[in-house]
Amino acid sequence: MVFSYYPGCTLKSKATELDRYARLSASALGFELEEIENWQCCGGVYPMAKDEIATKLSSIRALNDAKMHGQDLLTLCSACHNVIKQVNNDMQTNEDIRTRANNYLQLDEPYLGETKVVHYLEVLRDTIGFEELKKKVVNPLKGKKIAAYYGCLLLRPGSVLKMDDPENPKIMEDLIKALGATPVVYPMRNECCGGYLSLDDKEAVAKRREKVVQSAAEFGCDCMITACPLCMYNLKKNEDQIPVYYFTELLAEALGVKE
Amino acid sequence: MDKREEVLLISGVDVLKCMRCGKCSATCPSYDEMEYHPHQFVYMVETGNIEPLLSSESLYKCLSCFACVERCPRGVEPAKVVEAVRLSAIRQKGANHLKAENVPELIDDDTPQQLLMSAFRKYSK
Repeated sequence: MVFSYYPGCTLKSKATELDRYARLSASALGFELEEIENWQCCGGVYPMAKDEIATKLSSIRALNDAKMHGQDLLTLCSACHNVIKQVNNDMQTNEDIRTRANNYLQLDEPYLGETKVVHYLEVLRDTIGFEELKKKVVNPLKGKKIAAYYGCLLLRPGSVLKMDDPENPKIMEDLIKALGATPVVYPMRNECCGGYLSLDDKEAVAKRREKVVQSAAEFGCDCMITACPLCMYNLKKNEDQIPVYYFTELLAEALGVKE
Repeated sequence: MDKREEVLLISGVDVLKCMRCGKCSATCPSYDEMEYHPHQFVYMVETGNIEPLLSSESLYKCLSCFACVERCPRGVEPAKVVEAVRLSAIRQKGANHLKAENVPELIDDDTPQQLLMSAFRKYSK
């Protein structure tokens, strides 16, 4: 199984581990990530304005590239996933945006939202299957209590991202179980970490971070996992010194391919 | 075009759907940092009282986390109203909230590109 792969800007620089362990794990699980050529940054946040086209073009170019290859478009970073899935939804449902974007892009044939966008976690659940994944675990993470942190971008808006129940998700808890560890469910797992405010208002982000991490710590976790480089940046400075890992690192460790 | 019309056009939101339950503000992670809260954005746009919003720091506290969008029982999508007011402010010449020359003092060695991209998209045109 081959997927068109959109790594995004941060996976090429500050979050190389998220990318590297995903690639190693994919090989171990028998699927291939074919990085699309000349991808451009998604912009990090979904452009909500109905009258903006320019900020949506990089996503549309990536979506169209996957379409030309006849492949699903796989994302890994929560932000890329959120932006590209939401822009794809615009191309499927908003005639005005679709028309104006295609007028500008002048592709060989118009892009009408044909590509399916999947997050790496969705591939693990829906293509590989957690039962199959479990069979390939050579180094079960026995006794580890892991708190999955979804944050905001992975799940919302639920009606567009259609990844999991946005208020009571279980995709990462199911992954944690498949890896042989124990999931820790806690109230703040799908509340925002403070996101991009950490440039402009570091105090506000510190408050958010401590609320999230203390909630996880209260429910007895040893560590936390995330799919988002910005959540990682914000959460890892926590006062409780709870370690935070990319989910792909623990996946690679359990599959015995962590280098 | 007046400001109200402009904001409604950019956001695509029907503010009249709001039933003033306040759930958007109750669930907002930036509530404590805001002078005007999400439900007030919706009401003030509805009544055309937009000038106070345009000059408020609250514009730059919304995290676009979609909590209000997800949880609004009427599908109003308050975050899109906040975004539209913010764009109406920063699309004016010289009105960028984040300037590139100020970035070096705001970052450290671990700052992910994602943070800079997101902040520039939210704060500057």
